[in-house]
Amino acid sequence: MSALYLLIIASLLVALGFLGAFIWSVRRGHFDDDYTPSVRILLDENESGQTVSK
Amino acid sequence: MKADLNGTFENPVHEKHTCFHCGEACKDEVILFDDHQFCCEGCSVVYDLLKENDLCGYYNIDGAQGISPDVSYFSGKYDYLDLPEITEKLLEFTDGKLSRVNLLVPKMHCSSCIWLLEQLHRLNPAIRSSVVNFPEKKVRITYDAQQIRLSQLAELITRIGYEPYISLNDVEGKQIKKWNRTRLYKIGISGFAFGNIMMLSFPEYFHLSESISDQSLGNLFSILNLALSLPVFFYCASDFFKSAWSALKGRYLNIDAPIALALLCVFLTSLYQIITQTGPGYFDSLAGAVFFMLIGRYFQDKTYAGISFDRDYKSYFPVAVTVLKDGAETRVPITELRSGDHMLVRNQELIPADAVLLSPRALIDYSFVSGEAEPIERKAGDTIYAGGKQTGLSVELKVLREVSQSYLTQLWNNDTFARDKENQNQTLAARINKYFSVIVLAIAVLTFLVWALVLKNTEVAFNAFTTSLLVACPCALLLSSTFTNGNLLSLFGKNRFYPKNAHAIERLSHIDTVVFDKTGTITQVNDAEVEFIGKPLTEDELVMIKTLAIQSSHPLSRMLVKKLDDTTASRRTLSHFQEMEGAGIKAFWGKTEVKLGSAKWVGSASLIEKTDNASHVYVAIDGNIRGYFMLKSKYRPELEKTVKVLQDKGFGTYLLSGDKPTDKSLLAPVFGNESHLLFDQKPEQKLHFIKNLQQAQQKNVLMIGDGLNDAGALRQSDVGLAVSDDINNFSPACDAIVEGNQLIRLPAFINLAKSGQKIIKLSFAISLLYNVFGLTFAISGKLSPVIAAILMPVSSITIVLFTTITSNLAARKWLKN
Repeated sequence: MSALYLLIIASLLVALGFLGAFIWSVRRGHFDDDYTPSVRILLDENESGQTVSK
Repeated sequence: MKADLNGTFENPVHEKHTCFHCGEACKDEVILFDDHQFCCEGCSVVYDLLKENDLCGYYNIDGAQGISPDVSYFSGKYDYLDLPEITEKLLEFTDGKLSRVNLLVPKMHCSSCIWLLEQLHRLNPAIRSSVVNFPEKKVRITYDAQQIRLSQLAELITRIGYEPYISLNDVEGKQIKKWNRTRLYKIGISGFAFGNIMMLSFPEYFHLSESISDQSLGNLFSILNLALSLPVFFYCASDFFKSAWSALKGRYLNIDAPIALALLCVFLTSLYQIITQTGPGYFDSLAGAVFFMLIGRYFQDKTYAGISFDRDYKSYFPVAVTVLKDGAETRVPITELRSGDHMLVRNQELIPADAVLLSPRALIDYSFVSGEAEPIERKAGDTIYAGGKQTGLSVELKVLREVSQSYLTQLWNNDTFARDKENQNQTLAARINKYFSVIVLAIAVLTFLVWALVLKNTEVAFNAFTTSLLVACPCALLLSSTFTNGNLLSLFGKNRFYPKNAHAIERLSHIDTVVFDKTGTITQVNDAEVEFIGKPLTEDELVMIKTLAIQSSHPLSRMLVKKLDDTTASRRTLSHFQEMEGAGIKAFWGKTEVKLGSAKWVGSASLIEKTDNASHVYVAIDGNIRGYFMLKSKYRPELEKTVKVLQDKGFGTYLLSGDKPTDKSLLAPVFGNESHLLFDQKPEQKLHFIKNLQQAQQKNVLMIGDGLNDAGALRQSDVGLAVSDDINNFSPACDAIVEGNQLIRLPAFINLAKSGQKIIKLSFAISLLYNVFGLTFAISGKLSPVIAAILMPVSSITIVLFTTITSNLAARKWLKN
């Protein structure tokens, strides 16, 4: 049964790791804006506007 | 030309041009610049600025549509931002060199706006970076404070068309972000605890801990469960306890009170069971309930994140005003304005405090306060009340009373505004919950007593007590109202009707009387029926008239310009332009003198000023009076139908107006009864009228208005509905906002709100069924934790599914087409 104790500790540690990751990402502001980054990635950083047409 | 201009002239044949920058049709003379067409100087300037900095990629993005910069901008508008006390409040961070500011830019609307606003560093190297948060319409700019001032920064983004919105609220500083993150932490932690407690409870669910070695393992699991539930109980659920406690202190029970009580009971009984080793406790249910309730509330709030209802009159006031001291102009925050100060108010600026006019003449537009469309002329020495807008030349005023004491704030400080509607009328859910929690508690206690005293079985007594509390946990009840209202809020939102919160929806369902305000509510702002009466005008003459009218900021001129849409204004300069406030305008078109204005102004004493219900603008060309434009305020076309539908359904309909009773004969048939039409109403009278309806006639009143002048009435009514064509720029004190052209759906909105209440009641019935079913087992002491644990999420999921599906069906029924 001692293996069970070990496994429980291991599983809790893994779960705590994920909780830590979640808290870290919230703290870094990953959840502040869930729209703009999806648009930003499609916009070209150094687009030149010489060939303008609309 | 439109038929309402009497068909007096031919449709001018001219090609339609679209502005390269803003994409609008060019109404006036087209500006050709760099092979592209622009509708105005502003647009071409923005284009030039972007081209210079190689930012024309802006126009290549799909759906790109530039914004024409605000014409009312004047240099020095943002100077006050450099005042240390204001800068300090606006900046998020500064170390003397690098500073960071988070500006609200309501005008951003598409992906190209994001692109452009994030390329600011290419416009000015002092800007290090700019990051857009589109849902919040904010841009966070990091800049070098030694190279660029905050005012220059604001000026820069104004020049490219994105005027930042800076209000006193921002200056006074509020932190919402922190709150949002805390909420996510709480959800994350409770979810983590919930999952792990469930896992550790599995042996308990399946009765695995029979042998002695398993017993010790079972003890370990119980202790781990207790440890995991501590942060859930003390941290994640803290909002429920705080809210319940503050409600108790105010001597009423809110929706959180039974939840807090249930959580407390479950926690304490579980703790008792663990300590006495009589059972495994119910920490799984505790964590699960907290987790699901937090998620429910998070989504409910998220639906509304975009709209801030907390603005008050201060958001309408300028942040700073120009003060003249020893002949020099300085910008001073209005909170620093002292009586006796001399302030300078420019064209289109709001007068922030009651003041005495020093300049010889001022023309004050009080449409903001009284709803009166025409500006009022004031002479030197007159007292001018706060809230008016100066039109025309800049005027000098001496401050009489400080901002917090002036007329508008007095109206604001009326008792009505201090009253909180939410606390007085409790929601249906809260009312049911109140009885529910009392009954459940009574049943639980009774069960306990019967088991303990009559049947003499303490162990079963405790088990029955806790399981009945648990099974009857009101979270299914809470979910039913949370999810129904949350879903309704987003359904309403899709139809551009934005109730403030769930309480507003519930009050809406009880409405039996609808009161309309006139100006801006049932009439269209800045749009009028214009008719020309007199000898038909030629195309050239129309061009002259429009070109002249553009020069003036008078509302009548603006309406006229708007109506002469199809006429191309010329850029040919008018000479000797003269504006006589309260009379009219004149200028020379080449050698021709053009005059627009009152009958007296165009120089005819023989023409009698007509006294019918419209404003008149006379036209004289070279001294010949050619006739007059008749401008009538235009009613929303759907008004009559909406009012009719409401009346058919048995709603009482009234009209309150601050205007003169000009259109009484026109409106009387619509509202059915002349006694339901009230004109010349001051803001206080409107408020009292609503109060009277509520108190003397026991009516539930829906007030539909537009702005500050009926703010008191909006607030006093059971539901105050503000009509606005721009939801970022709406009126304070309201419970809901609706877009002007959606007003016709008002009966449907009310019906949907009513259906919502029915759905909540039905789902209450469903969860009661679950409760009765579970309670019968619990009371008899037969309910094992595994069934309790399964029953709880199943009931919650059923409720969520039921409310979502039915409210969507109801919305389809009422809001179709």
